[in-house]
Amino acid sequence: MSMLAQLVVTGALIGSVYSLVAVGLTLVWGLMDILNFAHGDFMMISMYTVFWLYALLKWDPLVSLPIAALVAAMIGLLTYKLVIKRVLNAPGLMALLATFGLSLFIRNFAQFLWSPNYRFVGESILSGKKLMIFDVIVGLPQLVAALGSIGMTFAVALFIKKTKFGKAIQATAQSREIAELMGVDTEKVYMFTFALSGICVGVAGTLLSGIFPVYPESGAMYGLLAFVIVALGGFGNIWGAFYAGIMIGLAETIGGFYLGTQFKYAIAFLIYLLVLQFRPKGLFGW
Amino acid sequence: MLRVKNLTTGYDGVPVVFDVSLEVNQAEFVAIVGSNGAGKTTILRTISGLLKPISGEIEFEGKQIHKLSAHEIVRLGIAHVPEGRHVFGKMSVKDNLLMGAYTLNDRAKVNKLLNEVFEIFPRLKERENQKAETLSGGEQQMLAVGRALMAEPKLMLVDEMSLGLMPMMVDKVLETLKQINKEKGVTILLVEQKVQEALEMADRGYVLQTGRIVAHGTGKELLESDLVKKAYLGM
Repeated sequence: MSMLAQLVVTGALIGSVYSLVAVGLTLVWGLMDILNFAHGDFMMISMYTVFWLYALLKWDPLVSLPIAALVAAMIGLLTYKLVIKRVLNAPGLMALLATFGLSLFIRNFAQFLWSPNYRFVGESILSGKKLMIFDVIVGLPQLVAALGSIGMTFAVALFIKKTKFGKAIQATAQSREIAELMGVDTEKVYMFTFALSGICVGVAGTLLSGIFPVYPESGAMYGLLAFVIVALGGFGNIWGAFYAGIMIGLAETIGGFYLGTQFKYAIAFLIYLLVLQFRPKGLFGW
Repeated sequence: MLRVKNLTTGYDGVPVVFDVSLEVNQAEFVAIVGSNGAGKTTILRTISGLLKPISGEIEFEGKQIHKLSAHEIVRLGIAHVPEGRHVFGKMSVKDNLLMGAYTLNDRAKVNKLLNEVFEIFPRLKERENQKAETLSGGEQQMLAVGRALMAEPKLMLVDEMSLGLMPMMVDKVLETLKQINKEKGVTILLVEQKVQEALEMADRGYVLQTGRIVAHGTGKELLESDLVKKAYLGM
């Protein structure tokens, strides 16, 4: 029993970080029907940012957070300006291929610059600390990563739902042309959303950099899982992505424990395939 | 107020409107009539900046506007009610109206405008929290007009209000437009294929055939002209 409780806690914690990665992805999809294959690689860049600030300046990951988020935001913005904007009016496949190419480029460029070696952010304020809640062990880095991710997800959801600019994003998602007729500078909306998407994944990357190794492929699996989560949650649906992220976190942790950790991702993707058979619009889709 | 000079416009460099000139004066109600495919919508879309002219000029209150983008043109006081309604279906009626006031920053003013729109269209007040996609066609058309009014426009471009509405509803919406024009002094440029209804309502009209203006005059003159009688009224 206490084992199951431990697994549920561990799964929910990692799941909430998955959620935040997926929220970034679903924002862009919801706004412009573009799946950004390089999304996970933005995360890798933010992890390297944290690593280098740690290695060179001894900065704690939590201190580097705003900088890593800003770097990811800039990468998002540049991606929009240099890549996405050029294929926006082309058939959907073009954008898909463009971001796929970008992903390959970023990964290989990272490998060229920093080698494929695993790097670790060895020490941080949080590292090694744990809480005992009844007989469930909660690592402080994991707890902070989860709380930070949930906080960020809520902030993004509230921003989109309640603020004037958030409503302009919703309006632009429904029709770019009509939003223009309302006086919305939709180019700005696109730029901002790509930057916000970068911030989401940058924050997630920072929070994970104290837990997982940093290497050129370190964002790849998160990017892939984020696709699964976005599809499960219903494309463009922020809360859907949130719930689906937690679900995938639970499934891979619990399933991985009972079936063997080598199967943990297989379980996540199997759930995805099954759900798509019966609910192609996702569990929480319209 | 609005002057369109020798406008040639279309899609991807292929013109569908040729050398059109027209003028709308302050507080006027002007109609562009013509059959489906004549280029009426294309003219409106060019005025509001969704399309760029191939050649020609558009002036609003003495200022050239045809190089501005759509969201800049709204700020000058031109609101466009697009064809086929196009409300934001996933947003509430109230949020749709607030989007209309996107260019305004004064909250008190926005609330005042909101109340005015609810006064003109009490039905929208009843449904303010409903998603716009759940409204009937007529209600969506009211919402599209209400949303345009929220921008406090000087000039309203209204595209094919009658599309998909039952005849009784068409008369009703057109009358509301007339009322907005008379009571609020909002200048209106209407595009319509219901030629008779539109010309009865309008101060002046232009007849558009395959992208060219073939006649213009007061609504009454046009209704009595042989061209309109023959081509559109079946007389």
